[in-house]
Amino acid sequence: MIPEIGHFALILALLLGLMKGTLPLIGAARRIPAYMAVARPASHGQFLFVAIAFGCLMWSFMSNDFSVLNVAEHANSQLPLQYKIAATWGSHEGSMLLWVLMLSAWSVAVAGFSRHLPEEMVARVLGVQGILSVGFLLFILATSNPFERLFPPAPDGRDLNPLLQDAGMVLHPPMLYMGYVGFSVAFSFAIAALLGGKLDATWARWSRPWTTVAWCFLTGGIALGSWWAYKELGWGGWWFWDPVENASFMPWLVGTALIHSLAVTEKRGSFKSWTVLLAIFAFSLSLLGTFLVRSGVLTSVHAFATDPERGVFILGFLVIVIGGSLALYAWRAPKIGLGGRFAPVSRESTLLANNVLLVVACASVLLGTLYPLVLDSLDLGKISVGPPYFDTVFAPIMAPLVFLVGVGPLMRWKEASVPDLLVRLRWALGVSLAVALILPFVMGSWKPLVAFGLFLAIWVFAATMVGIRERLRHAPKGTKLARLAREPRGYWGMVLAHLGVAVFIVGVTLVNGYQNERDVRMEIGDTVTLNGYTFKFEGAKSITGPNYRGARGTVDVSKDGRFIEKLYPEKRIYNVQQMPMTEAAIDSGILGDLYVSLGEPVGDRGAWAVRVYSKPFINWIWGGCVLMMIGGFLAISDRRYRLAVRREPELGAAHGAAA
Amino acid sequence: MKRAVWFLLPLAAFLVLAAFLFRGLGLNPREVPSPLIGKPAPAFERPQLHDPAKTFSPKDLAGQVWLLNVWASWCVACREEHPVLVELARQKAVPIVGLNYKDASEDAKAWLKQFGDPYMLSVVDRDGRVGIDYGVYGVPETFLIDANGVIRHKQIGPLTPEAWEKTLRPKIEALRKG
Repeated sequence: MIPEIGHFALILALLLGLMKGTLPLIGAARRIPAYMAVARPASHGQFLFVAIAFGCLMWSFMSNDFSVLNVAEHANSQLPLQYKIAATWGSHEGSMLLWVLMLSAWSVAVAGFSRHLPEEMVARVLGVQGILSVGFLLFILATSNPFERLFPPAPDGRDLNPLLQDAGMVLHPPMLYMGYVGFSVAFSFAIAALLGGKLDATWARWSRPWTTVAWCFLTGGIALGSWWAYKELGWGGWWFWDPVENASFMPWLVGTALIHSLAVTEKRGSFKSWTVLLAIFAFSLSLLGTFLVRSGVLTSVHAFATDPERGVFILGFLVIVIGGSLALYAWRAPKIGLGGRFAPVSRESTLLANNVLLVVACASVLLGTLYPLVLDSLDLGKISVGPPYFDTVFAPIMAPLVFLVGVGPLMRWKEASVPDLLVRLRWALGVSLAVALILPFVMGSWKPLVAFGLFLAIWVFAATMVGIRERLRHAPKGTKLARLAREPRGYWGMVLAHLGVAVFIVGVTLVNGYQNERDVRMEIGDTVTLNGYTFKFEGAKSITGPNYRGARGTVDVSKDGRFIEKLYPEKRIYNVQQMPMTEAAIDSGILGDLYVSLGEPVGDRGAWAVRVYSKPFINWIWGGCVLMMIGGFLAISDRRYRLAVRREPELGAAHGAAA
Repeated sequence: MKRAVWFLLPLAAFLVLAAFLFRGLGLNPREVPSPLIGKPAPAFERPQLHDPAKTFSPKDLAGQVWLLNVWASWCVACREEHPVLVELARQKAVPIVGLNYKDASEDAKAWLKQFGDPYMLSVVDRDGRVGIDYGVYGVPETFLIDANGVIRHKQIGPLTPEAWEKTLRPKIEALRKG
């Protein structure tokens, strides 16, 4: 009964979506207030019904209802409760339902926080969201019904993929989808503006906070995914340039460009048509990512259930949404004015360079991801593009970008002078060069790439500090702390996010430069030494978990003869899927991780293949991402957005009266 | 006019991309052509699973068209294809030799007892050396070997009824005629 209620709720949500996707748009075009007024209640109703459907699916998982195909395929009665809940979105069908849930939640948020916007704008934005929701709901109902029954019911389920039985994986998809789907708001604002023909600074101001929130979630989602891969795959890597990872990284790159170009459009009125295009691209890449992951056109270590019929459906939807919006762009964008002029050296030009570099970076990732597919469809053979391509192409694009992160915020709008910048930044440059040259010696060995990476990171840090100091000097009187507190949160958000970039680079540079690994056969009592740490293997015992059995090894770690701690790496075989899993034991710290994973037992005398890694500063990678995320959230908590909400209802009312 | 053309570029680029994606849907990225096709099957001589005193070598089946199926008791996808193999054996459609890959012999025998044994015989490849010679990178894989001992086809992943009807059976019939 419960699954049928869920199924029925989805159909109702689809009907509401049809209303939401048509009436408000017609209303906005013909100026019929009654039609436009449908947008908000339809959004609320749609969210309610999608939430009911999602709740029903979750209930089916929690109550072990193996008469539901989806539950029988992705859960098991022995599966611990938290993973049963997570299994709701562990399958293809469930994750699509999660996608729609997010989409309708974003719509409700837009409906709630848009009281100060003109009614036509709200109607158009929600209308576009309605069209998107119809596409996804149709996709679910037609090709991926999560409530399909199984007759006769299975006695027990096939269990959740053991790889997904991890805290990181419980949170990763919702975060990532919040980001993916969040870009749909920026997209809807862009389409609404194109439809209305009014692309001005106010449009940019309205879509900025939404874009930033979506970007924050996407940043967090990608970071969680990377942390999960590091912990769970047992190879000690944190990024693999896998097609599924690339699918989430491309919208991030374009989203980052969008955040910066929205700032220019809002503050200076420039880049208008470019910003709209970026907004379309950011969401299009999210859709493309979904297509790549769900259709099976590319191989990936994340082997999801794939199905050409679904692929054809998503591709058709992609063509309608992306093709339609780009056609609208080609039609309307030429009429947009050019906006304020600026000199070749100015804050605008650095932000333009930022945009170009990010988009080129994204294009190169897209090229690497799709190249095998293109060659294959032209019958030119089968190849696979791996990390060597991405590393070679990506780093040279990112290096100048990071350099600009330091310079950009210090530039004046419209026109800046190079000699003036050189004087202001001379200390920052000197300090970062000196530290970059000396620090690698302290770390043990001097490597050019390490020095270069450290230079970039410290440059960003030092230049940001110079920026803070200058702002404080120009601020009105008061104690230092009072002056610091008076700076707007938007500014501090930027500072934090840029410092996050520096922290991230430190992590990547030092891990790549100084990580060490040993892959050894260890008998009981054997030791291996790595970066000064001694690992002693104390043997492995068999263990039994709730839905797995396996072996747990004990490894004593010591440094200079002083005992530090015991690590317990595990090798698990999950009962149902008979899949061996490596649970690495990680001693995590701000200066680096010690990482031990068990390979296979060797011989009969209790010896094991053991891998030990030393990963200096690896947590800085995720720490940097967290800083970027906090920076983004700080920026949208800025006073001006809260003021705008309070101040603009009168404006909106006046606007309505005039119309 | 000229400026307006620039604004069409994104749309054009997207449509080209969509065309490639559409082509891509019809292709199977896992279908990697094996360099071994058209080459003689690599020779080996390994003990049989049920009678380790006896050995098997591909030349024992010279003059026949046969299948070499790589399987293991730990392999989940093998369970999926197993009923297809059992059915083929029941119909005596083609001799199937199992290559029991990186598996413990007791587990393998228990597995066959539970699910049925479609194999004329199984060969033990405990350390996976034969698998390396045959370029096995995932279990199950199935090789079609002709009367002259030449590999004619390689099926990667489970052998589905569809793959049998559409690919393997026509190929086997053609080989038997020619």
